[in-house]
Amino acid sequence: MSDFPFLTVLGIVPLVGALVVSLLPTARPLLAKQVALATSLAVLVLTILMCSAFVPKGQRFQFVQAHDWIKSFGVQYAVGVDGIALVLIALVAVLVPVVLLASWGEADPADPPAPDRRFASPKTFFALILILETMMIGVFAATDIFLFYVFFEAMLIPMYFLIGQFGGPKRSYAAVKFLLYSLFGGLLMLAAVIGLYVVSTHQGPGTFAFAKLVDLNISEPVQIWLFLGFFIAFAIKAPLFPFHTWLPDAGAEAPVGGAVLLVGVLDKVGTFGFLRYCLPLFPAAARDLAPYIIALSVIGILYGALLAMGQKDLKRFVSYTSVAHFGFIGLGCFAFTSQAGTGAVLYMVNHGLSTGALFLVVGFLISRGKSRLTADYSGIGKVAPVLSGTFLIAGLSSLALPGLSTFVSEFLVLVGTFTRYPTAAVLATIGIILAALYILITYQKTMQGPLSAAHSAMKDLQLREVLAVAPLLALMVFLGVYPKPLTDVITPAVNFTMHDVGAKDPAPTQANLSTEGR
Amino acid sequence: MPEIIPAPSIAYGALSPILIVFAAAVVGVLVEAFVPASRRRVVQIAVCAAGLLGSLVAVAVVWGTHELVAVQAVAVDDPALLVQGLLAVLGLASIALLAERSLDASGGTIVSRAVVLPGSREDVALAESTAIQTEVYPLALFSLGGMMLFPACNNLLLMFVALEVLSLPLYLMAGLARRRRLLSQEAAVKYFLLGAFASAFFLYGVALLYGYAGSVDLNVLYEATGSARSNELLLNLGLAMLIVGLLFKIGAAPFQAWTPDVYQGSPTAVTALMAGCTKVAAFGALLRVLYVGFGRTQWDWRPVMWGVAILTMVLGAVLAVTQTDVKRMLAYSSIAHTGFLLVGVIAINKNGLSGTLFYLCAYGFTTIASFAVVTLVRDASGEATHLAQWAGLGRRSPVLAAVFSFLMFALAGIPLTSGFTAKFAVFRAGIEGGATALVVVGLLASAITVFFYARVVVMMFFSEPLSDGPTVAVPSAFTAATIAIGVAVTLVLGVVPQPLLDLTDQAALFVR
Repeated sequence: MSDFPFLTVLGIVPLVGALVVSLLPTARPLLAKQVALATSLAVLVLTILMCSAFVPKGQRFQFVQAHDWIKSFGVQYAVGVDGIALVLIALVAVLVPVVLLASWGEADPADPPAPDRRFASPKTFFALILILETMMIGVFAATDIFLFYVFFEAMLIPMYFLIGQFGGPKRSYAAVKFLLYSLFGGLLMLAAVIGLYVVSTHQGPGTFAFAKLVDLNISEPVQIWLFLGFFIAFAIKAPLFPFHTWLPDAGAEAPVGGAVLLVGVLDKVGTFGFLRYCLPLFPAAARDLAPYIIALSVIGILYGALLAMGQKDLKRFVSYTSVAHFGFIGLGCFAFTSQAGTGAVLYMVNHGLSTGALFLVVGFLISRGKSRLTADYSGIGKVAPVLSGTFLIAGLSSLALPGLSTFVSEFLVLVGTFTRYPTAAVLATIGIILAALYILITYQKTMQGPLSAAHSAMKDLQLREVLAVAPLLALMVFLGVYPKPLTDVITPAVNFTMHDVGAKDPAPTQANLSTEGR
Repeated sequence: MPEIIPAPSIAYGALSPILIVFAAAVVGVLVEAFVPASRRRVVQIAVCAAGLLGSLVAVAVVWGTHELVAVQAVAVDDPALLVQGLLAVLGLASIALLAERSLDASGGTIVSRAVVLPGSREDVALAESTAIQTEVYPLALFSLGGMMLFPACNNLLLMFVALEVLSLPLYLMAGLARRRRLLSQEAAVKYFLLGAFASAFFLYGVALLYGYAGSVDLNVLYEATGSARSNELLLNLGLAMLIVGLLFKIGAAPFQAWTPDVYQGSPTAVTALMAGCTKVAAFGALLRVLYVGFGRTQWDWRPVMWGVAILTMVLGAVLAVTQTDVKRMLAYSSIAHTGFLLVGVIAINKNGLSGTLFYLCAYGFTTIASFAVVTLVRDASGEATHLAQWAGLGRRSPVLAAVFSFLMFALAGIPLTSGFTAKFAVFRAGIEGGATALVVVGLLASAITVFFYARVVVMMFFSEPLSDGPTVAVPSAFTAATIAIGVAVTLVLGVVPQPLLDLTDQAALFVR
């Protein structure tokens, strides 16, 4: 079974699904939705099969395929996954059906009933999501940097249309801002990619293959320049403070389904890029610059948390909580301990689940109350207990309550960071307190207190919506209690990365928390 | 004692790609004289198609020749043949746009009597008439023949002749727009005056170079630059003036000022011909001059070309942002692309040559298809080229808007389109050639270009349609085929570029 070209098939299935969906008659939106959902479920099943075929203690990259693509450039169609990529692909496979189910009514042009929104039809929405799924799987699966770059950039286009066509009132501004920021970073990365290629031509045949590039000898000044090219692109994508300013706009204006994928997956490409490309390819530069990046991460944690507290708009609020969370992930990536690294990867998954759930619930609320402002809601828990309950669980996961999955990752990141950068870890801990504040205050304002008259007839979650959000909540609880299946897969991959970067874990202090222990 | 001058032997076989086009053009003139007016259009189109297809076949037959023919005046080598083949195909596409009749109610986008004074009573009558003229086809063929000769010239005087042969018909054609006559005539006059200036520079440069080397053959010039001669001034001045003439044709800064006005005023089909074909031909010539003739003195001219490339990229990208007219925007975008292409030229290595050739293929098809789309968006007064008029086009005509968006993303260099592969090819060559700073400027300029390409997409898809907005005309098979081929090539060169890259890699060797 391990010879089965899982990754290629995983990439093709959504693309075919998108093609079928886009060819269906516009007059039958329901059929388009069903086809899209079925496709994404097929991808999920395939992903589960792939995960079960993955050998955690085996080769670094598994399900490897390599074929020449553009021979003149030395570019290969080369795919393969390590533990980090595997769990992120699994995250994609879980989130896409959830998003499709949650967006069932989102794309319907009923509200507002624009006269000829012909192009912005539901099937376009669903086809775009499926195209995006192909790109997201591709970007994690690529082991050729050129191929990675292709997916990295091409991914922007479906998201650009998702935001621009189906988003909120300022959607066109947000879409362009998103595209420009990402492309700007991407082009810097392109310069670094070409630079890396040229360096490789001095030491043998030019190549983009990750496995060969890791073994290059690059002088330190060159490393720093190339590192910065990659790092800025990823930092914009992630988004790390101070490159985050596009996220609140994009997150707030994107349709809820798009926002979940944007923050849940697309942004992870940035942090994934730190671990996969920045650290192993440019170890010396990474070691030199790590303290600065750690500092930026800590600022991001505190700054994001403070700004989240001040937000009046619910979707901007969730976006800013993400900025804070990405600070934690950045911390984990650049602390250079296996605990922090494992914690960072785990955080990527958990953040996808918890913020995804939070965005979904906020979206359900907004679709009922027709307002994005926190101040317009009060006492919703009285009329919509299920909605308010899911909000609470998602929120608690976001603030890293023990027992829910985010806690495990946040703890690992902090412990792993503490052994190397104690001050940073201590400061970051303040972020946890702030998280508790902003989540609980928002919950209190919207869900508790006197019920406002305008919302007295608000309906609770429908079965479809419960079905959409339930898998996320279940995974949060399960992984909060028993994260071993994930850590088993992630830890070897992180150890490879730490080996590449030449970092050894500092001598253990008494807080030697075994990753299996939890 | 009288010296006997033997008649030069002309390698008709090797020159056949060019000769066939010129022959077809002459036949076209005869058709004008002898075929009844009612049938001329069909016959002319057939002559054009036969000439260009024949030329394409001839290119395939001659492919692999590597020699100087016609007393060393014409180089028949792979780069020249590749450019000629490309010009034949792009020329077909442009002529298909000229032949389009179903867009304008009066039947055709080319004015039937260009001499009529705009605004006069005759002009008003002309706007109503459905008469057409067919002289434009032989004109286009002559121009294409000149373009095919231009990049193949080893002799600078012949190159000048080719320059004039390709330019004169273009000056005329720029003034032939059926609608907005005044703008069109202004474009023609501007193009002619500035073009004449540039030609004078070119010719003066040739004269100075003759003074330097005693010959105007590029290979002799190359030999001369190798020997220690004292008269560096003649060489550098001559080369500088020669390059000014060429930079004008490719539309590089600071000689780009004509581009937006001419692109906007000309009939869009002619604009497509200029943007797609002329640029290809002129770059072919520039490559030959710099690589064949002056490869040894690159330390003298490279710094200047660096400056030109940077200025061109930045100016094109920045000024395009401020444009509100689609055709002007595409004109500035073409200036920016000229800058990107110059990065490949400046690399002065094999990858630079092959990358530039690849870029020309990719850019030519994408550009012609883009202008073809522009011809379809019309209102009562002709083409609706103001950007604001394109608002909400994605709602009215999703297919057209999707096609145009795809082309814009290709011009912006998004992966999986030919634009990305092409940019990658020239930028890689640039870094290999030691022009890292230039490449970084190129990438930053690319980032700026994304802004205005994306803005068109925003207008089409994210804006509300105007109540009295333009309509999308249903094209005949001519325009539809041009667009379809352009889009297909743009996609194929983005996804499976290897076959063409093999071809350009193989072709990247000039005969000297």
